[in-house]
Amino acid sequence: MENKTVAVSLKNITKRFGSVVASDNVSMDIYRGEILAILGENGSGKTTLMNMISGIYFPDEGTIEVNGKETVIRSPRDAINLGIGMIHQHFKLVDVLTAAENIVLGLEGRLNLKEASRKIREICDAYGFDVDPSQKIYDMSVSQKQTVEIVKVLYRGADILILDEPTAVLTPQETEKLFAVLRNMRESGKAIVIITHKMHEVEELSDRVVILRRGKYAGQKATKDTDAQEMTNMMVGRSVELNIKRPEPVAPKPRLEVKDLTVRSEEGIVKLDHVSFTANSGEILGVAGISGSGQKELLEAIAGLQPVETGSVTYIEDDGRREELIGKDPLEIANMGVALSFVPEDRLGMGLVGSMDLNDNMMLRSFREGHSPFTDRKTPHHVAESVVEELQVRTPSLETPVSRLSGGNVQKVLVGREITSAPSVLLTAYAVRGLDINSSYTIYDLINRQKQAGVAVIYVGEDLDVLLELADRILVLCGGKVSGIIPGRSALKQEVGLMMTRMGGSNGEQKDA
Amino acid sequence: MFDFISFIPRAVVQGIPLLFGSTGETLGEKAGNLNLGIPGVMYVGGICGVIGSFLYEQSLPDKAMANGALAILIPLVCCLLGSLLMGLLYCFLTVTLRANQNVTGLALTTFGVGVGNFFGGSLIKLSGGAVPSIALSTTSSFFHASLPFAGKLGWFGKIFLSYGFLAYVAIAVSLLAAWILRRTRVGLHLRAVGESPTTADAAGINVNRYKYVATCTGCMIAGLGGLYYVMDYASGVWSNNAFGDRGWLAIALVIFTIWRPDTGVLSSILFGGLYILHMYIPSGMNLAIKELYKMLPYVVTVVVLVLTSMRRKREDQPPASLGVPYFREER
Repeated sequence: MENKTVAVSLKNITKRFGSVVASDNVSMDIYRGEILAILGENGSGKTTLMNMISGIYFPDEGTIEVNGKETVIRSPRDAINLGIGMIHQHFKLVDVLTAAENIVLGLEGRLNLKEASRKIREICDAYGFDVDPSQKIYDMSVSQKQTVEIVKVLYRGADILILDEPTAVLTPQETEKLFAVLRNMRESGKAIVIITHKMHEVEELSDRVVILRRGKYAGQKATKDTDAQEMTNMMVGRSVELNIKRPEPVAPKPRLEVKDLTVRSEEGIVKLDHVSFTANSGEILGVAGISGSGQKELLEAIAGLQPVETGSVTYIEDDGRREELIGKDPLEIANMGVALSFVPEDRLGMGLVGSMDLNDNMMLRSFREGHSPFTDRKTPHHVAESVVEELQVRTPSLETPVSRLSGGNVQKVLVGREITSAPSVLLTAYAVRGLDINSSYTIYDLINRQKQAGVAVIYVGEDLDVLLELADRILVLCGGKVSGIIPGRSALKQEVGLMMTRMGGSNGEQKDA
Repeated sequence: MFDFISFIPRAVVQGIPLLFGSTGETLGEKAGNLNLGIPGVMYVGGICGVIGSFLYEQSLPDKAMANGALAILIPLVCCLLGSLLMGLLYCFLTVTLRANQNVTGLALTTFGVGVGNFFGGSLIKLSGGAVPSIALSTTSSFFHASLPFAGKLGWFGKIFLSYGFLAYVAIAVSLLAAWILRRTRVGLHLRAVGESPTTADAAGINVNRYKYVATCTGCMIAGLGGLYYVMDYASGVWSNNAFGDRGWLAIALVIFTIWRPDTGVLSSILFGGLYILHMYIPSGMNLAIKELYKMLPYVVTVVVLVLTSMRRKREDQPPASLGVPYFREER
């Protein structure tokens, strides 16, 4: 980094939340004209560290230098004035306001939305964005919202950009677009920091990687001098194996038969259009598709959470008895051994109660069991213990409210609980959304173990590479229709990608449901 | 024939305290503070005005010497100060200490009514009258004064010009509040604070300051509703608990207007009209029927709630973070 100037320099930063040390004596530099990737496991303090630069948190110890001068960043406003803009993982946008209103939010002077809209269009033209300033946020897809966030930061004249897991909710095409924009910005001399879990993104985009481990600085590398294996080892602190296993299916027998399933949303839009397939026991059926192509509705219809217009879902027991699931309520379906673990974009939305602790969240599955009028608190406690142990959930104690855990850890709790309920059909959607690479592999491993135990797994994923490595068969959805079912071992990425966009919409620009 | 020319002015004077209250409550709610203390605040606003006016009248050797400006200013300032204190108390508890808003609000209402009745009772004792009320007719006459030529304009004067100045203040304040919310940067920021304080904070808006200022201003506006009620509507006669459930009605009105102060102008008159409709409907001696008519404003609010939630238009929903305390480092 010969002729690069330092934009931000962190010196011995420490931040504690109660007894948890989120950042522990971290020092690092951010340079202009460079894309820096920050890597670390879930809960290793990446977001906390960046939040301190953008003024959301205040460091307990240490100093921050911006442009070579020691600065105290007390609030987001200070950060904005220093040219620091952060695009948060959970978008900071007001839903009922328009794009333009959101973009000028917090600025001073007379409110002139016309003038603002003109300036927004200028920025859009300069970087190739597409934003309608008068569109309301609640009408936008996830990637549109993200674009608004980026424009917002640029509108304020930020030249130090921090992006927290920007690609977690984007389709591959949208990700490509975003990367082009970021490279563009690097060329114009901005300092860019990106937090991500996806190794191939780090390798593709960044110039330099800083790795954090359990809140501590674990080293940095020029991206071209390292590889995924080495970075993962640094993140975890020991050597890990980076291969997704795909054992042969164990005695596959039809377990779930879906026929002509049609589902309409409340607004009357067809979400699933005559979907038919069979899921076998001991096999992983991957579901691919652009987000919002009906994946959520499919799983919910099977789990009994979604009213079905036509079609049938038949559960076939080992002895060949057939049982119709449509018309049963979710509890009955769950009791038959159909487990659903859906990880929504906001992670906490489905399945876990944020203000309850780990034990109680485990109890959500089991509190109806037993005959005593008192609830059994011991079993859930053991379940919680084993989930924490096996998935290495980072939590101060089992009595910690789930909302206090970092995003990835919350997810481990959810997926872990669904798996321990010993299902015969496991429906899982976005199980590794936002998880770091090591935890992702733990989850893949868990899913594989379920498969080998004879469970029929339906795995909805967003990472095509993983789907291709993990699934025995891949069902491709396109605009609510089955675009095709292909064997996972011989499928090609391009082929699946084409099938995702070929039917229904031609350009793949779908609203996120 | 239904007598509109006498009904409308009565509906208006019933509606004005509600308008003050709902405009004030709307401002607070737009900042995310569900202030259920509004009935108490209005009560305190009323009694503080009464105390000011009582002391002023007592200090006059002769009632005829009363100075119009002082007679208006003293109760007005007392009322504003009293309701400001209530607002500060509410904000300190809910914003600074992040106490539960519902509990704080309800406590404040109980407290406010208690304060009002305590001082009201004391004043009644002091004035030593035979009836359990105080009459402050001298100061009240200044509040009640309408334009001198209003009486000469027939039905037009009766419907539009027959009110004391506070009635026009109420309408002006609500229109101003609507304009600020819709058109200015302060209003935009305030809406953002109520919708999503994390977003507002990340955008560099001082969330706590907005919450304090909006809620306290709201309380002061609501307090004026109490003042108007005693000094103008009740002609300066204070008796304990006469204010009734107008404070709750003001909160219902906020929902009815779907958080739009300018809609409040006509809606408050509608509510005022519904509130007194039972006196205009011939119901004979059957008092039960009258009580049923008194339910009308609440029935209408329920209907509006049903309609707005059925339409599910995002703009018509309450501010998203209403009732939720904000702490930046919350995880």
